[in-house]
Amino acid sequence: MKIKISLNESSSDFAKEVEERSGIKVRECYQCGKCTAGCPVAYEMDYMPNQIIRFVQIGAKREALTSRTIWLCASCITCTTRCPKEVKIAELMDVLREMSLEEGLANPLEKNITTFHKSFLNSIKKHGRISELWMLNEYKMKRPKTALQDLVVAPQLISKGKLSFLPHDIKGKDVIKRIFEKCE
Amino acid sequence: MSKKIGVFVCHCGTNISATVDVEKVAEEAKKKNPGVTYTTTHKYMCSDPGQKLLRDKIKEEGLTGIVVAACSPKMHERTFRNAAIKTGLNPYHVEISNIREQCSWVHKDKAVGTTKSIDLVRMMTEKTRKDKSLKPIKVHVTKRALVIGGGIAGIQAALDIADGGNEVILVEREASIGGHMAQLSETFPTLDCSQCIMTPKMVEVAQHENIKLYTWSEIEAVGGYLGNFDIKIRKKARSVDLDLCTGCSSCWQVCPSKKIKSEFDMGLGNRTAIYVPFPQAIPSKPVIDRENCLLFKDARKKNIPPNDSKVCRKCIDACPIAPVKAIDYSQEDEIVEEKVGAIVVATGYRELEDGLYGEYGGGKYKDVITGLQFERLASASGPTDGMIKRPSDGKEPEIIVFIQCVGSRDPSKGCSYCSKTCCMYTAKHTMLYKHKVHHGHAYVFYIDIRCAGKSYEEFAQRAIEEEGATYLRGRVSRVYQKGDKLVVLGADTLTGSVVEIEAEMVVLASAMKAQDDAGEFARKLSIQYDKDMFFSEIHPKLKPVESSSAGIFLAGTCQGPKDIPEAVAQAGAAASKVLALLSSDELEREPVVARVDRQLPPVFSTCIGCFYCQKVCPYSAIEQEDIKARDGSVIKTVARVNEGLCQGCGLCAATCRSKSIELAGFNDEQIYAEINAVEFN
Repeated sequence: MKIKISLNESSSDFAKEVEERSGIKVRECYQCGKCTAGCPVAYEMDYMPNQIIRFVQIGAKREALTSRTIWLCASCITCTTRCPKEVKIAELMDVLREMSLEEGLANPLEKNITTFHKSFLNSIKKHGRISELWMLNEYKMKRPKTALQDLVVAPQLISKGKLSFLPHDIKGKDVIKRIFEKCE
Repeated sequence: MSKKIGVFVCHCGTNISATVDVEKVAEEAKKKNPGVTYTTTHKYMCSDPGQKLLRDKIKEEGLTGIVVAACSPKMHERTFRNAAIKTGLNPYHVEISNIREQCSWVHKDKAVGTTKSIDLVRMMTEKTRKDKSLKPIKVHVTKRALVIGGGIAGIQAALDIADGGNEVILVEREASIGGHMAQLSETFPTLDCSQCIMTPKMVEVAQHENIKLYTWSEIEAVGGYLGNFDIKIRKKARSVDLDLCTGCSSCWQVCPSKKIKSEFDMGLGNRTAIYVPFPQAIPSKPVIDRENCLLFKDARKKNIPPNDSKVCRKCIDACPIAPVKAIDYSQEDEIVEEKVGAIVVATGYRELEDGLYGEYGGGKYKDVITGLQFERLASASGPTDGMIKRPSDGKEPEIIVFIQCVGSRDPSKGCSYCSKTCCMYTAKHTMLYKHKVHHGHAYVFYIDIRCAGKSYEEFAQRAIEEEGATYLRGRVSRVYQKGDKLVVLGADTLTGSVVEIEAEMVVLASAMKAQDDAGEFARKLSIQYDKDMFFSEIHPKLKPVESSSAGIFLAGTCQGPKDIPEAVAQAGAAASKVLALLSSDELEREPVVARVDRQLPPVFSTCIGCFYCQKVCPYSAIEQEDIKARDGSVIKTVARVNEGLCQGCGLCAATCRSKSIELAGFNDEQIYAEINAVEFN
């Protein structure tokens, strides 16, 4: 990988953009690696969590936004909790996911995850909360290859009442809708 | 009367007793060693009760010789000898048999350790039987000190010694005191102006009644010994009479040679041929640079005395001092002799020459500068009045790259050590740059950020977090010119990427090196230096300011890279050692010195005058003495040992072909007695 820095392609702009957008001081990270050390999914990632922060620090925008890592992050917040410099790493991943989608840079290998995220949000937008069945329905329609995935757990979930057939709207779902409108 | 020897065997907790059967050692000593009348063991001989035991037994048993079988004599020989003094026994009848460092610590088998200890104790007992009473040597002390080098370390040491009430001679080879600290813009981690905190100290030196200042002077020769050094100082021809000159500036204003690169500005600014290095110089009086002065050049060319040259006499014509002008072209080097009791060496460092790194374009590209050059750019008194401007075209660089570890930690360039200050001053440079060029981008290539010190880590983090310097972890491979830009090829190992920066200026954090003439200078003073030519302290932990020669102390960066607070602290430590030394009229020295044999006439001495001893003596302690008849004719030239200089190493005694030299406390008889006591089986 090669990073080029000149007057036209200055590195600090991306770091500044991320910092302004997230309110997270990315520059404070001193690359100790504790986030990576404790990350439960780091072994699946293409870049370690600390490297993602590093990309932001040195302005490697493309590398950060096309990485699989930002999608694999499960937002368990172990990293944020343990960070000695109090950098909100999990929250940063969220911002990077947003930016990645906006720029159309989301890694194609993680299409499942982006689709899942979208289905999840659509369900909330519509009902004010998750409707597991309808969310999964939307997701599996969009990603037909996953149609049979995890199907074996369905009967168990139904028997425990975890998959209700009709969506339950919350009372203030208009408010939720307005939040979405404001964000979009 | 034969000696009554007591043997005291120490357990040293389990340090000794774990691998040596101490009881058996004591028992065997009493049974087999002639002269031993008393033996005992103790858990810790060096403890108060242990020492009391020794004192009590000397009295009770009437002991006249002591062998303490314990740790190295370096540790507690003095402890036990002092204990003996309290009972009235001459301390040189007390000997240490080292059964710890040279026995228990190196053996695992207890049987082997015990047998060896028994042998070691027997050897020392045999030596002790032949010990003679010795008296400490008294040396007169000259209550003055010499400080060599007028940087911050030298200034601090001189002020501390002078404040203690002793006269100090401060010698500086440049035209002004101040050293590198006077060149710096701001100092880390507080960012206070270097000159603002430096100049009050310089003025104090100039005004102090106990300090005699020699600038533009060098040490020619150092003779003598602890308490009585004879110093020869070369006062280089300044061509300006310091007593007459008032520093009015008339001369350097009219000097026509205005394009000489200023050493003080690290070549970034110009000076005249008659010049004061910087406005706050002490003394604030000029010197003529004879290499570049038109008059001296002409005189050299025509091979005439400078006074006869008529090429340019503008400075002397402009000098308003009358009737005798303060400028004197005919001045010559002068040798001054001074006597001092102690010496502080504070000769400082030099910055690594930038040409050494061809791959970084140092010395080739104008906009690749060194750390000290950047200091001059950032300094309000510098050639750009503190503006960060490129040397090539005066443009303000919008992208600046700092490269750390240039020379440091680079064994291929013969410099394996860390220069210690560069991480901090580079962080400072990024801050100074950002303070002056708000829209600029600062990049730093580093291997490690080593900022160990009070408030140091926070300072470096501030450069990154608040001032926005981008740190890239990796060494730069190459810098090359492309148009008016400098392309820096580096890496960021944290992301595993190659980094290419089109910079407008590059600053090399060049290594701190020992002075070019450090080796030659160390030989002049008979002090040791390390592989990097920094002067060696005698013990890295417990004697950090003492050189290998008694009475010569080290301060500042001549001993190794360090920052200002460390240099000042070390200077204070060296000054306190000097003050302790100068506090008494006479010094007592260990009488373990060599002596050349003297006989009655007609032999006078068995010395044959080959002077091999003089050649091997590392301390220059051997002199030649003429033995003369009454009419003054020389009968014989023999060796004589200067007791003040002799450190008792024994090289001369071992080298002497006619066995004419004897080392007190270690004479041949004693050494052979020790060797013969070893039982070989």
